[in-house]
Amino acid sequence: MTSAKPHAIEVKNLEVTNGDVTAVRGVSFTIPQGGRMGLVGESGSGKSMTALALMGLLPMGWSTHGSILHDGVDLVTQSDKALSSRRGRTLSMVFQDPLSSLNPVRRVGDQISSVIRRHTGADRKVAEAQTIELIKQMNLPRPEQLVRAYPHEISGGQRQRIMIAMALACYPQLIIADEPTTALDVTVQKQVLRLLNGAVRDRGSALLMITHDLPIIAAMCDTVAVMYAGRIVEIGPVQEVFRNPRHHYTRGLLDSQPTMDNIALDGSSRLVSIPGMVPPLHSLPTGCAFNPRCPAATDKCRETMPELGSDGISAACWHPINVAGEVAAQ
Amino acid sequence: MSAVTPFPADARPLLEVRQLSQVYNLNRQKLFVPRPKLKVLDSIDFSVRPGEAVGLVGESGSGKTTLTRMLTGVERPGEGQVLYDGVDVWTGGEAHRKLFRRSVQVVLQNPRSSLDPRMRVGTSLLEPLRSLRIEGDHAARVLEVLDQVGLDKNALERFPHEFSGGQLQRIAIARALMPGPKVLIADEPVSALDVSIQAQVLNLLKDLVRDLGLSLVFIAHDLSVVAYTTSKVYVMSSGKIVEVGKPLDLFRTPQAEATQALVGAVLSVEAGLAGNALA
Ligand SMILES: Nc1ncnc2c1ncn2[C@@H]1O[C@H](COP(=O)(O)OP(=O)(O)O)[C@@H](O)[C@H]1O
Ligand SMILES: Nc1ncnc2c1ncn2[C@@H]1O[C@H](COP(=O)(O)OP(=O)(O)O)[C@@H](O)[C@H]1O
Ligand code: SF4
Ligand SMILES: [Mg+2]
Ligand SMILES: [Mg+2]
Repeated sequence: MTSAKPHAIEVKNLEVTNGDVTAVRGVSFTIPQGGRMGLVGESGSGKSMTALALMGLLPMGWSTHGSILHDGVDLVTQSDKALSSRRGRTLSMVFQDPLSSLNPVRRVGDQISSVIRRHTGADRKVAEAQTIELIKQMNLPRPEQLVRAYPHEISGGQRQRIMIAMALACYPQLIIADEPTTALDVTVQKQVLRLLNGAVRDRGSALLMITHDLPIIAAMCDTVAVMYAGRIVEIGPVQEVFRNPRHHYTRGLLDSQPTMDNIALDGSSRLVSIPGMVPPLHSLPTGCAFNPRCPAATDKCRETMPELGSDGISAACWHPINVAGEVAAQ
Repeated sequence: MSAVTPFPADARPLLEVRQLSQVYNLNRQKLFVPRPKLKVLDSIDFSVRPGEAVGLVGESGSGKTTLTRMLTGVERPGEGQVLYDGVDVWTGGEAHRKLFRRSVQVVLQNPRSSLDPRMRVGTSLLEPLRSLRIEGDHAARVLEVLDQVGLDKNALERFPHEFSGGQLQRIAIARALMPGPKVLIADEPVSALDVSIQAQVLNLLKDLVRDLGLSLVFIAHDLSVVAYTTSKVYVMSSGKIVEVGKPLDLFRTPQAEATQALVGAVLSVEAGLAGNALA
């Protein structure tokens, strides 16, 4: 094993299963040191299961297959103890609901400083000073008082900043943020994203940003993976994928965004939506899982599952959309 | 005058509140100190005309849901009036109150909690007719409403857990339509849905306004969603209406600080790709 760390994380053929149910079906991606990847898709597509597999925090009954290379080891083969000693140190996670991931009966300052002490061996005084410093960096008011608050005594936006502070405390190589602002008010959302953006950049950490919100990915990431029914269906640089989507699912997600141009505000205009819904895990359609909702589906799509190509931008689609917006016959 | 405008500009309001205020007593912080008071609504003037789609935006806690409770008559205002068709709904008499209750219906944010999980969809749809004691051919009404919201009639036999969030919101809209309302009030109806599914519900609401001539009060914290669905938007902040205008004007030239904050909070794919979304 070499000491060089070319990537923050390298995921190969990840599968997450529970008996004969598979929530993640062969997912591969790489995030370089300091890189930022967005993982996007509708609810139920397997984004959180992917994140939890990376963290070694899957719910009871679920298991991971494939490989997850990080910091010179394959996380899939690591013991629970080894994984637990990494969490918060080399990789960490910010969850959608900070109330459920913070301990309700411990002061928020103690929760942050205990993470610092556990991973750096710093003594109490040093850890407490670092905690105050971190809270200041999170643009939180009156840090000296805030450290003594309990989670329920502060607002949702403040709690999420505390979670971010905790995740960043030990300068991890990779931060996974799973819908970190979905539960927040729109005005607070932007402040928290701005903060996360700067804090991740200052530490040189890599970011895996999970959301169903495309504008967030566009604002924060350099690559994007679009997930549908447990698979990545399109992956590539954000600028290219969002400007010229090749997969019909990506196209549909982009088209459903409400925009502020005159046409969208006309009383007779209608937003584009994707008909139907994400299929349940136990009854996935054969072939391309998106075929019942796809405007371009053919018999081939209904019979055979398309794979991702191997170029920098690739889409798992039999009839990808080209740069001119046309659909390939094939 | 051509028939293109959905409502005459001088039409009188169908549902209106005048100088509405509401104060809540909060829990006492210390013994022997008077309970603190919170002015949740402060001198609100608000109205919607027949066939008009009106938006109400504001950050959470600004008082939108409290105003909704007043508009639907579930809570009596401390001060001010709620008028339906020009008549006060609290002092206008029993017959008018009954008319008001069936004419103003509401759709809430989370259809999973607003639909009874043990009740078949068909039974849930009949509920409003029973509680409002509305006579007539109920079976025919159910089929008519299902058609209006684009649901198949086999939905009637099924239970809420068998539907996705977007379908459930359609069912909740169907239930609100059952009594044949004139005004539909939707409180954050798409906040819990994926964007791809959100569009289905927004389009449906727009269709209902056009096809049935419904008045719509659409409440959200996201200005872009409200702007898409309505032609006039009220902006609320700390219990007050701070600005009223056409959606595009609010976007281009927001005046009130609260409006500027809401406009500034809207993220778009274009701004993200241009690299200035979080600037
Ligand atoms: N704890 C769990 N037990 C059983 N199934 C689950 C659990 N968590 C998620 N799932 C299922 O796994 C699939 C993927 O879910 P998830 O990863 O949460 O999707 P996303 O984060 O993209 O919304 C869904 O079909 C969901 O129902
Ligand atoms: N029954 C109540 N007693 C005391 N305070 C309340 C009550 N209902 C709402 N509030 C408070 O009133 C304010 C407005 O709430 P709400 O109308 O729900 O706002 P919004 O819907 O805009 O988020 C909030 O500060 C809320 O905490
Ligand atoms: S493979 Fe076929 S069904 Fe799937 S996205 Fe491409 S065209 Fe549509
Ligand atoms: Mg999730
Ligand atoms: Mg509300």
